[in-house]
Amino acid sequence: MPPLLELKNLRVSFPGPRGPVEVVRGVSFDLGRERLGIVGESGSGKSLTGRSILRLLRPPAKVSVDHLRFDGQDLMAMSDRQMRAVRGARISMVMQDPRYSLNPVMTVGAQIAEALRVHERIPRRAVRARVLDMLEKVRIHDPEHVMRLYPHEVSGGMGQRVMIAMMLIPKPDILIADEPTSALDVSVQAQVLDLIEEMIAENGMGLILISHDLDLVARYCDRVLVMNRGEVVEELQAGALHSAQHPYTRGLLESVPRMNETRRFLPVMDRVAGMGT
Amino acid sequence: MNEWAALLMRLLFSRAPVCPVLVKYFYCKQIDLYIKRTFVRNAYILASKQRESAVLSGNLSEPAHSMTERGMDLAAGVLRFAAVTALTFLGLLAITFFIGRVVPIDPVVAVVGDRATQEVYEATRQALGLDRPLLVQFGIYVRDVLTGDLGVSLTTGRPVVEDLARFFPATVEMATAGILIGVLLGVPMGVIAAARAGSWLDQVIRVLGLLGYSVPAFWMGLVGLAVFYAGLGWVAGPGRIDIFYDGLVPTVTGLLTVDALLAGDWTIFGNAVSHLILPAAILGFFSLAYIARMTRSFMLDQLAQEFVTTARVKGVSEWAVIWKHAFYPIRVQLVTVIGLSYAVLLEGSVMVEIVFSWPGIGNYLTTALLRADMAAVLGATILIGTVFIVINRLSDLLYRVFDPRSR
Repeated sequence: MPPLLELKNLRVSFPGPRGPVEVVRGVSFDLGRERLGIVGESGSGKSLTGRSILRLLRPPAKVSVDHLRFDGQDLMAMSDRQMRAVRGARISMVMQDPRYSLNPVMTVGAQIAEALRVHERIPRRAVRARVLDMLEKVRIHDPEHVMRLYPHEVSGGMGQRVMIAMMLIPKPDILIADEPTSALDVSVQAQVLDLIEEMIAENGMGLILISHDLDLVARYCDRVLVMNRGEVVEELQAGALHSAQHPYTRGLLESVPRMNETRRFLPVMDRVAGMGT
Repeated sequence: MNEWAALLMRLLFSRAPVCPVLVKYFYCKQIDLYIKRTFVRNAYILASKQRESAVLSGNLSEPAHSMTERGMDLAAGVLRFAAVTALTFLGLLAITFFIGRVVPIDPVVAVVGDRATQEVYEATRQALGLDRPLLVQFGIYVRDVLTGDLGVSLTTGRPVVEDLARFFPATVEMATAGILIGVLLGVPMGVIAAARAGSWLDQVIRVLGLLGYSVPAFWMGLVGLAVFYAGLGWVAGPGRIDIFYDGLVPTVTGLLTVDALLAGDWTIFGNAVSHLILPAAILGFFSLAYIARMTRSFMLDQLAQEFVTTARVKGVSEWAVIWKHAFYPIRVQLVTVIGLSYAVLLEGSVMVEIVFSWPGIGNYLTTALLRADMAAVLGATILIGTVFIVINRLSDLLYRVFDPRSR
């Protein structure tokens, strides 16, 4: 049986003053109903990889890929209409910062309901029931009240739970979580990730967790891709992350400060090789 | 070559308005910048408010606001709103009052003429209250204005209030028709230009906008008359209505088209519309240019926002992404832009009114100015200023209605 998502040789480039600059250079991976982590420093192309899968990049970005197959269908060959039927309903994405990724002038309830209504024709009353149910699932205690709130009236953690509810309500097969916790307080990060983990397990979905936090990815994923300068430099099982071989991964691991140590200086990554961009 | 075509050629080439075009273009750029900056500042204030309230509402178990508190807030808001409006109006009166005192026109001479004896002069001076302290005079002036007494016009010999009541509706009619055209065409054009940024459609709309910015109104008016009235004969010429139909429908609102409709007279309505359409279209073109430009830049800002991507992730159609997610939030800013354009049309259509012999406030004001008829000038200034204040306050109010963050 072919994997749920197959990505071969993804390349993304942007026009620059001296010709196109390639920022993703041939990323390939397969994804089943498993949890895949993508780590790398800022600018390593991990978010672009996530967005390319949903074909969200717009000109002037140029995307080329050998093949991008989801559930046996070629995503690149789809019309806009077919692609819209995939977005949200089959592959969904949790964005980074709920302060910017929720529409400021629509109530939380209306935004979640919209995610459901664009894919399914169901009566208003049923929509409402599903939204309430979904909000409860993401552990919002007073869903009736929260539904009527605007995004600026909810906290960051709650905003991200609303985001998760919105992205999971049409029951997709794959969830791409693009730094879902980097805008949140440390205290709520674990709650949000636990929630994602639980929802993934419950629905048997595939997860792509994009993050720059190695420990987080090691804890919540089965498999990890390490990206640098638009390329996958190493692929490991999450449990084996700390025995990584590649010098770049080692460098990343070295740079993480530990609680029980005193170091005068944190090692600095050697970025000379990355100056080409 | 026909006569009208020759006229058109003459207008096109002899008056090539290159210089005013450039000056006007740069001037408008400045205004653009100013308005944009204001919005950026507003957005910033809103964002910081949002951050605050996000922190505050972290604990949602406690009720946000009790009903009485809400009521108090509302009452305080209404009070503040009324106070600000009243103060602005007072400022307007002060400015017009002092302009009236500063201009080198002796109001006494204006009444008694320059051959009156010293006694008559003094008596009139006292009767007009001009011997009293300036502040007292200002107090009397404010009282008079508030009771609806703007003095008597020297040109028409009627109270200024009556004159304004006759002339202003004509302007309102033209400006309203103009702004309707400007909004109904300009907003969709701006949205389309932003959604297809960089395409040929965008370029065409931008060139149209540039034309609207830079071509002088009187020139457009003359060309319009030459082409559509003298040449093609599609519309009626200058004036509000053919002399033949003048005064046939009873005045109810003062807007001829509406009055004709109320009277059920379709011939007169048709004639009035035929007179109205060309000047309104020209005004509409100017506001369209501005509105389309602003809409385009607001839309571009919104389309770059993260929540627009969120909507696309959800699988929302591009049409709904543009109109529901990106356009919905900019209604607020658009209200201000449209309000300001409307106010500008209400006072700034002097050129078009003159070209089309439109008996509106611009025409009235110009005539009064040229004859040093200060009561009429000040009266018209107060009226226009009041319109500005009202429209400004209304768009402020709409801000609160449209944007949940500013409630």
